[in-house]
Amino acid sequence: MSDADEVVVGRGLTKRFFDKESGHTTTALKNIDFAVLRGSITALVGPDAAGKTTLMRLMAGLLRSDHGQLHVLGLDAKTHPQEIQDRISYMPQRFGLYEDLSVQENLDLYADLHGVGQQERKERYARLMEMTGLAEFTERPAGKLSGGMKQKLGLACTLVRSPQLLLLDEPTVGVDPLSRVELWQIVEQLRQDEQLTVIISTAYLDEAQRCAKVYVMHEGEVLAQGTPEQLSANAQGQCFSARTLDERPARTLQAQMIDEPSLIVDAVPQGGNVRFILNEAVSLESEAIQNILQGATVEPLTPRLEDGFMVLLRRRLQAEKKDMQAGIVAAASLGKTAGNATKKMQGDAHDTMIEVRDLVRKFGDFVAVNSTSFAVQRGEIFGLLGPNGAGKTTTFRMLCGLLPASSGFLQVAGVNLLTARAAARKKIGYVSQKFSLYGNLTVRENLEFFGGVYGLRGKQLKARIALVCEQFELQHLYKTPAGHLPGGFKQRLAMAVGVLHEPEILFLDEPTSGTDPLARREFWRRITALADIGVTIIITTHFLDEAEYCDRIVIQDAGELKALGTPREVWMQAGHGATSTLNMERAFIDIVNQARQQKQQALEEPRYA
Amino acid sequence: MHNASAHSMTQRSRGFFLRLFALTRKEVRQLLRDKSNLGVGLLLPVVLMLIFGYGLSLDVKNAPVAVVLEDSSSTAMEAVAGLSLSPYFSPQIVRSIQEAQTLMLAREVDAIVTIPSNYSSALADGDAQIQLIVHGAEASRASIILNYASAALMQQGVRSADRLGQNVGAGIGMVNVESRLWFNESNTSTWYLVPGLIVLIITLVGAFLTALVMAREWERGTFEALFVSPVKPVEILIAKIIPYFCVGIIGLAMCLVAARVLFAVPMVGSMPVLLFASVLYLLVALGIGLLISSLTRNQFLASQVSLIVSLLPVLMLSGFLFDLRNVPLVVNIIGHLFPATHYMILVKTLMLAGNVWPQIILECSILFAYMIVFIGLARLVTQKRLD
Repeated sequence: MSDADEVVVGRGLTKRFFDKESGHTTTALKNIDFAVLRGSITALVGPDAAGKTTLMRLMAGLLRSDHGQLHVLGLDAKTHPQEIQDRISYMPQRFGLYEDLSVQENLDLYADLHGVGQQERKERYARLMEMTGLAEFTERPAGKLSGGMKQKLGLACTLVRSPQLLLLDEPTVGVDPLSRVELWQIVEQLRQDEQLTVIISTAYLDEAQRCAKVYVMHEGEVLAQGTPEQLSANAQGQCFSARTLDERPARTLQAQMIDEPSLIVDAVPQGGNVRFILNEAVSLESEAIQNILQGATVEPLTPRLEDGFMVLLRRRLQAEKKDMQAGIVAAASLGKTAGNATKKMQGDAHDTMIEVRDLVRKFGDFVAVNSTSFAVQRGEIFGLLGPNGAGKTTTFRMLCGLLPASSGFLQVAGVNLLTARAAARKKIGYVSQKFSLYGNLTVRENLEFFGGVYGLRGKQLKARIALVCEQFELQHLYKTPAGHLPGGFKQRLAMAVGVLHEPEILFLDEPTSGTDPLARREFWRRITALADIGVTIIITTHFLDEAEYCDRIVIQDAGELKALGTPREVWMQAGHGATSTLNMERAFIDIVNQARQQKQQALEEPRYA
Repeated sequence: MHNASAHSMTQRSRGFFLRLFALTRKEVRQLLRDKSNLGVGLLLPVVLMLIFGYGLSLDVKNAPVAVVLEDSSSTAMEAVAGLSLSPYFSPQIVRSIQEAQTLMLAREVDAIVTIPSNYSSALADGDAQIQLIVHGAEASRASIILNYASAALMQQGVRSADRLGQNVGAGIGMVNVESRLWFNESNTSTWYLVPGLIVLIITLVGAFLTALVMAREWERGTFEALFVSPVKPVEILIAKIIPYFCVGIIGLAMCLVAARVLFAVPMVGSMPVLLFASVLYLLVALGIGLLISSLTRNQFLASQVSLIVSLLPVLMLSGFLFDLRNVPLVVNIIGHLFPATHYMILVKTLMLAGNVWPQIILECSILFAYMIVFIGLARLVTQKRLD
């Protein structure tokens, strides 16, 4: 392979940022080597703060590296950023659309800026409209498009002419699975038709599986690189699926497995079973493993990218002498150390904690939530799933008493929280998407404040703070301002605040977006531990694989409840057999598609009548 | 070879104008669609003009005055007539000083005039006394009332005494009454408020509105996408200046029309010179707004900063409300650091005094220098970089 085929070449790239407020310098990229071949799709994969966006911006000439060499299309990114910017297209994380301009005006702006001729423009627009399905919305302001359509318009704006390199920075964050699938189809088609070189960053490891080459990034470094197959091979022979006996839910087995870090690298519920990675040094036949499995049937699995990633991460942390699963163990302790105080929650397992009947919420003419009904029992983990704009957050806010319902019946812990007294509100804990912490107060001050708000005082408050800090491993960060905590710890603190007053119901709004797989494992271990002691959990997420941690889920789309039940029931509602391997993403896409088709038919029917 | 480079030059300038046109069209669309922008740019000037022109007047007109008439002679009545005939007062006769005090405390009257029972006899002796009590809560209004009322009363007293055959006071009070004011002969405050208003409105449109436009793009992340295109920073800057320049000119035109039609402010100096100076100052204000916007990259911060560094100085330090010759030297020097002060001098001079060329040339040169500095700095800080 000759140098001419390398569209991007980076050597020893280092980038530091100085934060004026805290006075800290953070290293976003540490000595990275990077190369991208012409006509291929390359993925940058990693959690938030891995350095993906910084690397993208270096390539786009928006940032200058502190050390190292970076050539894009044969041009030095440090000295010739404008020349690079004339030739490439870049879609930033927030799509870079002018929300007050219409779809057509956004397209025209970029076509004008890139100097696309009228004839070329005509052909190009027709093609883009066909690919993105935006043709009927050309007059609509970009701000009034759904998340998925914004993403497609953002992509269309970068493709008003044929770029020599396309950079897409987390194009699929906060976008529903349907739109994600469509975006990948468009990108793949472009690569085939125009030999386009694409670099795409993503937090979804399953997306990276489609790329020719993957860079796995972690804390500013390249953890590994190669084809998805090469990376997956790191977990070769270690991946298995365990099918549990009916009386033991997959979640319980998964929790037991993940609590044994010396034996098992990783375990997640998948397809109704538990997918796990065995430690290299441990045999499947060993007594310890058989004790955990308790007769569950085990089948070997082909490793996927995420498995390879977990094994690599484990090796890496071992090399750094960090205990990868310390967090998990602490998380699991949440249930064990909860003590007597939480006994009261054990009550009758069939208590209805939340009841919703014909709930409607309108904003003007817009129906955000339409006649939705469900009930949640004590100790359940209940998931609200749906694309952005589906009505998840609106439903969620009505349940928490933050938003009045337009009509319908709503009861949480026996009361309507909107009108309930403070005493009733003490029964719930709430962790919002943005965590709602005071950035300039320390961990301890935040806990003291929120404890005080919920009526905890004196010795009781002190004891609770000490306990949650232990459970969430925050002891060593007591005096750190919340604003300076790394992302994962902010989430822990937010959760610690949420459970400080021992609520019976815990509300969590998209708590896992942007966190790495490891932090997600820890998070879910805490959630399952809480559910085991009788705390009712209501959670929203757009990671569909996480739905399998839930006892029951609802799927919402365009304000309507489309499916309700256990993950398996929802899978069957999507039209799949009872025994087939369940795939929540598939189920979600099928259900939303079916519902949209039905709606379309309902619209067309009167014409035939 | 020569041909080729000439060709690429025209190509380049064609690209420049195409992009500039595209960007300007985008800015105009955004400006027209954002109701709050238009409100601040076009509606607020009208509101300000009405408030400053009609509502907020520093003149005293028809001030309510309580008159305690202890002497009911015709001489005493004449003294009251002096007040009622004056356009500045509307006197109201009350029976006792207690009643007058009650009215004063309720702020229903601004002053109390007490004409003692011995007024007419004392006037005949040439030693008449009238008590004048003025509510002092608003110091400047109080002193105006004090001056006007004593003048009106004295004038009337002199006339009465004259008729009584006394030669009193030898017209001491006359001096005050006859004192004349230059350039604002009628002493209507709208004459000097309207020029100040022009400065205020141009500052508002120039600095306050544009302070939001760059910051908005930084906040919404749209610059990130825009930067990775053939666009040059200078094109972004010019495209942002053009629509707001037009809004500023509309605001200026509205002020000038209102000054002439509604408030009958004279235009003693040259109109073209005033327009030239206004364009210069508008560009200075736009430069300040864009500079603030690019530095803060945050709409809230940008609006706060632009209020503090541009609008407040117009109100407090430019000579709009407080004459800079009457303030301490330090404040005077600080006041002259703000471009608004220089434009204020120009507007007032041109509208009320006339073409004072040395001053016009000096102040215009200062404004020109400010324009170069601020637009230059705005260009310097607008880099296609995120760090």
